[in-house]
Amino acid sequence: MPIEVNGKQLEVDEEGYLANLNDWEPAVAEVMAAAEDQPLTSDHWEIINFLREYYEEYQIAPAVRVLTKAVGKKLGKDKGNSKYLYELFPYGPGKQACKYAGLPKPTGCV
Amino acid sequence: MAIKKFMYINRKAPYGTIYALESLEVVLIGAAFDQDVSLAFIGDGVYQLVKGQNTQAIGQKNFSPTYAALGDYDVNKIYVEKESLEERGLTLYDLQHLVWEDEDEDWAEKDSIRLVSRSELADVIDEQDVILSF
Repeated sequence: MPIEVNGKQLEVDEEGYLANLNDWEPAVAEVMAAAEDQPLTSDHWEIINFLREYYEEYQIAPAVRVLTKAVGKKLGKDKGNSKYLYELFPYGPGKQACKYAGLPKPTGCV
Repeated sequence: MAIKKFMYINRKAPYGTIYALESLEVVLIGAAFDQDVSLAFIGDGVYQLVKGQNTQAIGQKNFSPTYAALGDYDVNKIYVEKESLEERGLTLYDLQHLVWEDEDEDWAEKDSIRLVSRSELADVIDEQDVILSF
């Protein structure tokens, strides 16, 4: 079922990931998060934007382990750990944050 | 679980068949299992690492930037066969500069690609427990 963002119908797959990467805009994350009762703070946005930059550079959504390490390096050890990331994204930083960021599900994630 | 030596051998040009992309995805997925992973590029497989790829005209995704993420996945032993490069008129400088960061040495960048001769590569292949050929 497509989701409606700013009056546009956007195609998503059966798990709610955007079908077309180029459809993404910040409002997409807001709509997806609202549907899951997940408030988005600037800390959430920091990770979402980080994922989008990672995808831009490497053309993949990183595995959680890789994300954790990369966040630690870029944003500091207090953020580069699974406790911090799971508190922000309780459904899993890989799955949930990638979805909000409009990326495919991380490679190897089932 | 005992750590095994896994080698993925890449033999085909990046586009035209699905082998190169499939191999890369299996490597990324397999990297989660903490094995001793290495990659080898031989024959037309060396084209997979050529820098500056542009797939626009064939309407396929250019997945070559993903090779640069291998270091993040702790895949940092990438063997490229010297003869295969030479036979195609290529040198190491035609390939992406792949690096990994050593967390134990304050994230020092180190080269991932090891240029080896055919006979050296044969020795490395000989040491492996598992070989996956693509």
